[in-house]
Amino acid sequence: MASMRDIKRRRSSIQSTQQITKAMKLVSTVKLQKAKNRAEETNPYFNYMYQTVVSMLQRSGTIMHPYLKAGESQKKAVVVITSNRGLAGGYNSNIVKLVTDSGFSKEDVRVYAIGNKGKETLERRGYEIAEDYSGVIEAPVYEDAAAICAKVLQAFQDGEIGEIYLAYTHFKNTVSHEPTLMKLLPIEIDEEEVKEDSNILMNYEPNDEEALDMIIPKYITSLFYGALVEAVASENGARMQAMDAATSNAEDMISDLSLKYNRARQGSITQELTEIIAGASAIS
Amino acid sequence: MADNEKMFQVKIITPDRIFYTGEAEMIEFTTSSGQIGVYKKHIPLTTVLAPGAVIIHEADGEKVAAVHAGFAEVLPEQVTLLAEIAEWAEEIDVSRAEAAKARAEERLQAKAADLDLARAEFALRKALTRIDVKDMK
Repeated sequence: MASMRDIKRRRSSIQSTQQITKAMKLVSTVKLQKAKNRAEETNPYFNYMYQTVVSMLQRSGTIMHPYLKAGESQKKAVVVITSNRGLAGGYNSNIVKLVTDSGFSKEDVRVYAIGNKGKETLERRGYEIAEDYSGVIEAPVYEDAAAICAKVLQAFQDGEIGEIYLAYTHFKNTVSHEPTLMKLLPIEIDEEEVKEDSNILMNYEPNDEEALDMIIPKYITSLFYGALVEAVASENGARMQAMDAATSNAEDMISDLSLKYNRARQGSITQELTEIIAGASAIS
Repeated sequence: MADNEKMFQVKIITPDRIFYTGEAEMIEFTTSSGQIGVYKKHIPLTTVLAPGAVIIHEADGEKVAAVHAGFAEVLPEQVTLLAEIAEWAEEIDVSRAEAAKARAEERLQAKAADLDLARAEFALRKALTRIDVKDMK
C-alpha cells in the first residue's frame, strides 16, 4: 500500500488540477452564452440569404455563370475553421478528421486555415496551407469574413482552384455540435428543396447575371461569417463539456484517494497500537 | 389613418441583428440603378442595394436609416432588405462620417499607386450617405 504521504501529495495535486478545470469550465460557460447569443442573432441573416439564393437559382436555371460551374483546376480550396486553443475535447481533431477522411487527395487540397490547431495538425500531415487567418477566430466580425471570401473567390476566378469547401462545427445546441463539410462553389441546387411559390416570376435589376455577380460573393461571405460565429459557440460548448467531465473525473479520483488515505491512516494507527500492546505485554 | 389594405411587411436584416421588422405603407431605398419606392403588390424583384438612405413610411410617421451594400427582395406582400451595414439616423456619428469623407477624398485626390479605387470610392459614398441621412432627420 502506498504511504500516507504519497497519497496525500497525489490528492492535493489532483485538487489543484480540479480547481483549474473548474475555472476553465466557468470561463467557457460565460463565453458560450455570449457566442450562443451572437449565433442566434446571425441566424436570420444566414437563413434569409440561403433561401434567397436558392430560390434565385431555382428560377434561373438557364443562366450560365462562372460561379455555377466547376473550374477547370483539380485543386480544392478547403476553409478549415478550428480553434486557437486546445483542451476542448474532440473539437479540433474532429474537424481535422473530417478533412483527412473526405476522400480528397492531399496534393489537390489547399487549406485556408482559420484557427491554429487545425493549421498545425494539417501542416504536419503534409497539406498545403495557402493562407492562415488564425487571428480572426478570437472575435469574428463580418469584415474578416468578407476579406477571406474575397481572397478565396479571387483564386477561384483566376482558375487556381476548381471547388471551394468549408469545414466547420455546426452548433446545434449547447451539448450537440456537428462537424460539417460543406460545398460552397460551384453551387449545387437541391432539386427536392424547390419551394411551392417558386413559380412566381422574379425580376432582377440591373439584370440576373449582374445580380448574381453581386449576390453570390455576399452569400459566400455570409456563410463564412455564420460558420465562424457557430464555430466559436461550438468551441466554447465543447470546452465546457470537456472541462465539466475533467472536473467530475477529478472529483471521483479525489474521493477514491481520500478513502485510501483514511484507510492508510487507520492502518498505521492500528499497527502502532498493536506494537504498543505487544511491547507492554512483553515487559510484564 | 392606418389603412390595412395598404400595409405590407418590411424586414431589414443585417449580419449582427434583425435591424427592423414591421409594417409600412411605402418604402424608399437606393439600388445600384437608382432610387426606387415600393408600395404593396409590387412585382417580384431582386435588386442590388447601393449605399443610400432607406425611408420607411409607417402608418404614423417615417423612419430614416442608412444602408450600405446588400440586396433587396421585393415580393407583393413583403419586402426584405439584406444589408451588410445598416444604422438609424440617430446612431450616426456625423463627425466620424465627416472625417471619413475627408480621408476618402484625400486618398482619391492623391491617386497613390497602390490606391484601391473601388474601396476608396465605396468609403466616400458611405460617408456621404451617412451625412445625407443625418441631414434628412
